[in-house]
Amino acid sequence: MSDEIDEQVAEELAAADAVRPDAFDYAIRIRGLVNQFGDAVIHDGLDLDVRSGEILGVVGGSGTGKSVLMRSIIGLQAPAAGEIEVYGKTLDAIANEEESRDLRRRWGVMFQGGALFSTLSVAENIQVPLREYYPRTDQKLLDEIAAYKVAMVGLPPDAGPKYPAELSGGMVKRAGLARSLALDPALLFLDEPTAGLDPIGAAKFDELIRELADTMGLTVFLITHDLDSLYATCDRVAVLAEKKVIAVGTITELLATEHPWIQDYFNGPRGRAAAGCNIAAERHDRKS
Amino acid sequence: MVAKADFEQSEGADGADIRFTGRLTLARLGDLPARLDALGPIASLDLSALERIDTVGAWIVTRTVKEHGAKVTGASPAAQRLLDALASDKSEYRVHRDRRPALIRMLEQVGIASRSVWHELIGIIGFFGAMIMALGTQLRARRRLRWNAIVTRFQTVGVDALPIIGLMTFLIGIVVAQQGAVQLRQFGLEVFTINLVGRASIRELGLLMTAIMVAGRSGSAFAAQIGTMKLTEEIDAMRTIGVSPMEAIVLPRVAAATILMPLLGFYASICAIIGGGVFCWIGLDIAPLTYIQLLRDIIPMTDFWAMLIKAPVFGILIGVTGCYEGMQVRQNAEEVGQRTTSAVVAAIFLVIVLDAMFAVFFSSIGWN
Repeated sequence: MSDEIDEQVAEELAAADAVRPDAFDYAIRIRGLVNQFGDAVIHDGLDLDVRSGEILGVVGGSGTGKSVLMRSIIGLQAPAAGEIEVYGKTLDAIANEEESRDLRRRWGVMFQGGALFSTLSVAENIQVPLREYYPRTDQKLLDEIAAYKVAMVGLPPDAGPKYPAELSGGMVKRAGLARSLALDPALLFLDEPTAGLDPIGAAKFDELIRELADTMGLTVFLITHDLDSLYATCDRVAVLAEKKVIAVGTITELLATEHPWIQDYFNGPRGRAAAGCNIAAERHDRKS
Repeated sequence: MVAKADFEQSEGADGADIRFTGRLTLARLGDLPARLDALGPIASLDLSALERIDTVGAWIVTRTVKEHGAKVTGASPAAQRLLDALASDKSEYRVHRDRRPALIRMLEQVGIASRSVWHELIGIIGFFGAMIMALGTQLRARRRLRWNAIVTRFQTVGVDALPIIGLMTFLIGIVVAQQGAVQLRQFGLEVFTINLVGRASIRELGLLMTAIMVAGRSGSAFAAQIGTMKLTEEIDAMRTIGVSPMEAIVLPRVAAATILMPLLGFYASICAIIGGGVFCWIGLDIAPLTYIQLLRDIIPMTDFWAMLIKAPVFGILIGVTGCYEGMQVRQNAEEVGQRTTSAVVAAIFLVIVLDAMFAVFFSSIGWN
């Protein structure tokens, strides 16, 4: 009996070694990605690198394929051409189930609407990935893990037993984040995490992401429309336009580029307001 | 290859001194928590030899610290950040709902179920009333009925159902004739098979089968459509624009079901009679012409009237139940499924109860 368990443990350990996030400078490398639906070409020769440990914001107008890009990376959308490497592994869900399982354990994904399983409570939602990958973990530890994850994302103490339908919009987002963090991933995908939140809730959520990323050493792929989020959380920003990533860099670097869309985006009324607030806030921080 | 999470222990004065090794992460945890729990008092935890630690590892450390009052030493900056994040008290965070004793819960379930049956009945009657009111308002305001919407439903509720209802009742006609003939042959009264098929089809079977089919096909569709519209807030949007959902959504569906039930019921009865006729022709050597001649003598007009009176009532019932259940959807996608199920179950049940009441009523007024 114990031999059998040892064997299982050994197998799990071998699997855990297959992907080694800390050994890579780049979490994600994309080369020449092409995505198309019928005749509509979404991405045409898109290149992008995401460095380990950074928070990369991805911006772009509606319909530029930000979500499609994320779906391609996590293997929900098979690209027409090009190569996507996550931690050195080319993801091809159909070709190699084992390897893609190892990869999936390394990342957490938070969908725009939270995508919580509506028939499970928040705590059970958090436990789904844990049970899938570590079925032998005992229930007491699972419950404790669920409880501290609920606490980590700033949900109230009574949120654990609640069902998604009983939660407010902001709480659903936090619960979604808790589930995506269940396996302590190295890489976190967030699809418009602050969309639909009030400014105060959104600001708190930005803070939470920054804090969690620092605490857990996460690499974050953050799709957003929210300029405040960009200023508050991102190390670098990638701009999607013309079916490619037209620029990647810090916001200061992007502001120096001449591209009209980037100029419009950051220097439009909203962009200036967000930048102004940010500068004011920094000044305030320096004073205190 | 990296070792799984493990620890070395040395006995000190106040308890064991634990020195963790390897990777204290979820993937490498193994049976470490259990082994740790089995130890006596623990005085200190040394994290300096750890290769990596994640939140689960940090939680194990935090938990041990709390239980044994142990000291933590040698934490790397990263480990310390994790420990700090988990340091606050988590005991108030609940994971499960409060559980009451089994007997109480059972009684509670019975109570909730009884109350919900009662509420459902009241709800359906109330909904029916509201629908009549809406119809009244619509007519008084001289707004025209939405014939386009009603006719669209004719297609889905009626025309699309013709093949399946026809085939089903045709087969039932054959089965009734065949089973009847077997029994009646014992008395040499095979010819009475025609009475059996003819009267049963017109008076009960055709309509009842149609009602069950329409409840399953269209009552469920009404509930699911309206339920989904509730979830996507289409119904609310309609209200704010000033369109009455009763008028735009419910009335056309109920009207379509009400108008079509007599037609479908009659069609179904005819199909059953044809099925019976085919069996009589092949199995009993009764020629089709003779069969029709005999039917004219056997089936009283009152059977036909009884069917025509029952049919629209069943139609209203199916339509109202479907729409009512759809309107009750509040929260999530799962509820749409539940409500659809109960729309079908309630409609079929109520149709059969009402049919029994009709049967008693028609007998007592002498329509035998």
